[in-house]
Amino acid sequence: MAESSGTIKTTPLHAAHHDLEARMMEFGGFEMPVQYSGIIDEHMAVRNHAGLFDVSHMGEVLVEGEAAFDFVQHLITNDAGTLTDGQALYTVMCTPDGGVVDDLLVYRRAANRYLLVINAANRASDFAWMQEHNPMGARLTDAGDEIALLALQGPKSLEIAQPFTAFDLEEISFYHFREAGGAFMECESAIVSRTGYTGELGLELYVPADDAERVWTTLLDAGASHGLKPAGLGARDTLRLEAGLCLYGNDLTRETNPYEAGLGWVVKPEASDFVGRSALVQIRDHGPERSLIGFVAAERGIPRHDHVIESADGEEIGVVTSGSQSPILDTGIGLGYVPNDDRYTEPGTDLRVASRRRTFSVTVHEPPFHKK
Amino acid sequence: MEFPDDLYYTNDHEWLRVDGDTARVGITDFAQSELGDIVFVETEFEGTELAQGDVFGTVEAVKTVSELFMPVSGTIVAVNDELQNAPERVNDEPYGDGWMVEIELDDESELDDLMQADAYAETV
Repeated sequence: MAESSGTIKTTPLHAAHHDLEARMMEFGGFEMPVQYSGIIDEHMAVRNHAGLFDVSHMGEVLVEGEAAFDFVQHLITNDAGTLTDGQALYTVMCTPDGGVVDDLLVYRRAANRYLLVINAANRASDFAWMQEHNPMGARLTDAGDEIALLALQGPKSLEIAQPFTAFDLEEISFYHFREAGGAFMECESAIVSRTGYTGELGLELYVPADDAERVWTTLLDAGASHGLKPAGLGARDTLRLEAGLCLYGNDLTRETNPYEAGLGWVVKPEASDFVGRSALVQIRDHGPERSLIGFVAAERGIPRHDHVIESADGEEIGVVTSGSQSPILDTGIGLGYVPNDDRYTEPGTDLRVASRRRTFSVTVHEPPFHKK
Repeated sequence: MEFPDDLYYTNDHEWLRVDGDTARVGITDFAQSELGDIVFVETEFEGTELAQGDVFGTVEAVKTVSELFMPVSGTIVAVNDELQNAPERVNDEPYGDGWMVEIELDDESELDDLMQADAYAETV
């Protein structure tokens, strides 16, 4: 149930959610829609047609100036040097110990202009972290309240957005974007990005907060005949879990490092001297102590955050960090940390998940749980 | 939202329909609506004796888990096995095919602890 904290924020689409009779809940300091028609209905709409999400709670930080590139390379573990203008990168930023401060997207808008997209709950702490790790003096601007973010996801998403876009959306490759000011729904500025958090074809649309409601309503109206539905954070979570994508706060925290989280591919120690580099090189060379595994319920039961993971003979070996019923598989799925040992991590291995009332069998399964 | 007059209700959003010495138990329209899509219902077995307020099962929606509490003391005499394959019946017909267990009442006077429909409606 919703908890109110006194300083709860809303997105520019708050009234629109109310009109749609969304069920609202607090998430990351924002009052957000958790569902409209129902999580399974919205989930299946995204898999089969399309869904429109308000994810304006996400934070945006502009990085500008001569030192922009050097700052980004110092902050993140991945290599922004591989980016060209109009390209995006998934990465994490870490503490000196190698713990994950946040996972984020880095957009290269120009050689000296980057956009960083961060998680809602971390907006204030991330911005402070960035300011503390900016000896090179890049210009940092917290633009989170000025930018609204809509995610249009699903096989029909490009088709739905195309009539409102003055260029061919098919020309944007995965993890690329277009600065579309004026060319997308006559917004003064807009970033149309081929990214998402669902494992589906889709767009993420960064538009000025003042344009958000017009863009939202226009897309929903135009998309209805394509099967587009408004979708909430409930479906966003089940979709990302089926796609095997980590959620900060659950699967990633400052107490986890990218190697054990299966994100070694976003750590490029050869590319630059970033915060946490030496600790992460140590972890890489010795191998992480734990490993984030995926698993599928082998009998009735739904893994949930904080459930205990046991070996097949009942020894407690780890903890579930994300879990849900998978609407596509119609079975329980989850992610969790276990010792980095083939006896527990090898796909096909039988493990058990213990909830308060019962214990059920699960089978280790390398994510994603659902492939197109 | 519907709260039929012939049922008893609890603060935990269960309902109880008395028929002689036995009663069916389920969750209310409000509860199913709050939970959202129900994907899993699990209850204690036939023959289990439980006291008023004891947990007799769990109901899981996609995102949440809730425990089920006995409205009154009694022994489970039937379980709605249909819910194993069709848990969505709790959403569709919370007072009908979505019932969960049938119990034999221990003490009819415990019914006085429960709410009537109009009193329950005021709490939700």
